[in-house]
Amino acid sequence: MKANLNHWLPLVCALVLAVLGPLLSPYVSDLVVKVMILSIFALSLELLVGMTGLVSLGHAAFYGIGAYATVLGSGKEGGSIALLLPLAMGSAAAYALAVGALSLRTRGVYFIMVTLAFAQMAFFVFHDTALGGGSDGIYMYIRPALGALDMENRYTQFYVVLVALAATYGLLALIRRSRFGAALAGIRVNEQRMRAAGFPVYGYKLAAFVIAGALAGLAGALFAIQDGVVNPELLSWHESGAVLLMIILGGLGPLRGAIVCAVAFTLLKELFASEGLVGPLAAHWQMTLGFTIIAFVALLPRGIVGIRLRRGAA
Amino acid sequence: MSVVVEAKRLSRTFGGLAAVDAVSLDLRLGEVHAVIGTNGAGKSTLVNLLSGELPLTSGEIRFGDDDITGWSQPRRARAGIGRSYQRTTIFDSFSVLENCRLSAQAALQRPWQVWQSAQRCAGSREVAAQALQAAGLADRADRIAGTLSHGQKRQLEIAMCLATKPGVLLLDEPLAGMGAEETERMLALLQSLKAGHAILLIEHDMDAVFRIADRITVMVNGAVIASDAPQRIREHPQVVTAYLGEAHS
Repeated sequence: MKANLNHWLPLVCALVLAVLGPLLSPYVSDLVVKVMILSIFALSLELLVGMTGLVSLGHAAFYGIGAYATVLGSGKEGGSIALLLPLAMGSAAAYALAVGALSLRTRGVYFIMVTLAFAQMAFFVFHDTALGGGSDGIYMYIRPALGALDMENRYTQFYVVLVALAATYGLLALIRRSRFGAALAGIRVNEQRMRAAGFPVYGYKLAAFVIAGALAGLAGALFAIQDGVVNPELLSWHESGAVLLMIILGGLGPLRGAIVCAVAFTLLKELFASEGLVGPLAAHWQMTLGFTIIAFVALLPRGIVGIRLRRGAA
Repeated sequence: MSVVVEAKRLSRTFGGLAAVDAVSLDLRLGEVHAVIGTNGAGKSTLVNLLSGELPLTSGEIRFGDDDITGWSQPRRARAGIGRSYQRTTIFDSFSVLENCRLSAQAALQRPWQVWQSAQRCAGSREVAAQALQAAGLADRADRIAGTLSHGQKRQLEIAMCLATKPGVLLLDEPLAGMGAEETERMLALLQSLKAGHAILLIEHDMDAVFRIADRITVMVNGAVIASDAPQRIREHPQVVTAYLGEAHS
């Protein structure tokens, strides 16, 4: 029963979204697209943290690089999404390959620090050089298209992002059940034993790191297309920290945790920043969100998906 | 009997300390070669050098026709050098079967075939089931490994090693902390594994060592002081003073 639920629930959610898409108001539709993009970003980090046990504090670098690659690659005439998405994912994957090759030689808290350092390097490249418009960032002149798929169109945006999310989720679900995923789980639990059994652990971790980087690049590209503007803040360590917080709050392990928390995070942010609902507190939404997160950690040690788990175990 | 692994003058220093000092030994098919010595004699370091977990400071290791001195641990493991650990090193949160299946998967990795389910990987499941059968854990396959008793964990440790289908077994104190009955079962298992494997056995239980070993190497402070048949070791004057003491003299 539970296994069935895990199989069908994501599919049902995707179908419901697909049907509801055109009925949503522009505001809600935009919000849903934002949540879906954030979900792809969170899922990409879940591959590293939840599945492989690699806690990276520099994941926003790949997100930001994907976003910048999309804007820089689209030029004044706008580009094709068939070229821009692979460009964004490729750029992010290339940087992930370089960062991973070096940082995966360390472990634990050192890995956290090295990934953070590489992300800060990328941040300052965009912040302090003219490459991407410096600290102000750059605008996208015109959103990309591919034949009838014009990303200027709100509905097209919605469905392209939905398909990207479904594809990301599907890929990670496949990886989880595959031999590759089993090996990553083994590395998470006991790396020494994996090496003793004959697994080239470094290669596995590097592969996971590059795939995670590419998927973060995809999320960044979609963000750039939706928002139309990119700035160095996308690569900042606040972003890396926020997405890490999100998947930890969601509950490491099950993929849906990352999505559930992306939804919760975005909705809480909207809620706490809305003057109509919380009055003058709206100006201090970071504080109220912070307290909420502390409450979550204190009350739900196994994350949001843990609620169901605990009831199931009882 | 044919020599499978030949180690020549292996040395490993940590700072100024020679943990293993010019140790030469060979492992032959169908033989149990026991290495004994006091705590800190360098026995576990020797296993780590042979398995590739630690790099050598100097020396050479041959495996069959290959010089494997520069090979990484995973490569040696895939070539057929399996090891078990003195401190139980298993996947605590996985089922007993998955512990072995994952070990068996090392021989059939193909990580790019992501569309294939690991749990339905017939090859690795079958090898895992055989390994569990051999180690006497077949009826525990679905248990979570962390909930096994100490003795069963030690059996699982061996089963995981067997699941990689090694030709050479490097066993680091497989009897540590086992009760009398479990010890008997483990010795019977080692006896049955002898025919198809070359076995290096590190063990503190002297009665067990003298019952099962075909050759015994004695280490003191990282160096070999004697290497011979069990009967001759028992009578070796240096060994008697250095290690065995009154009880065995």
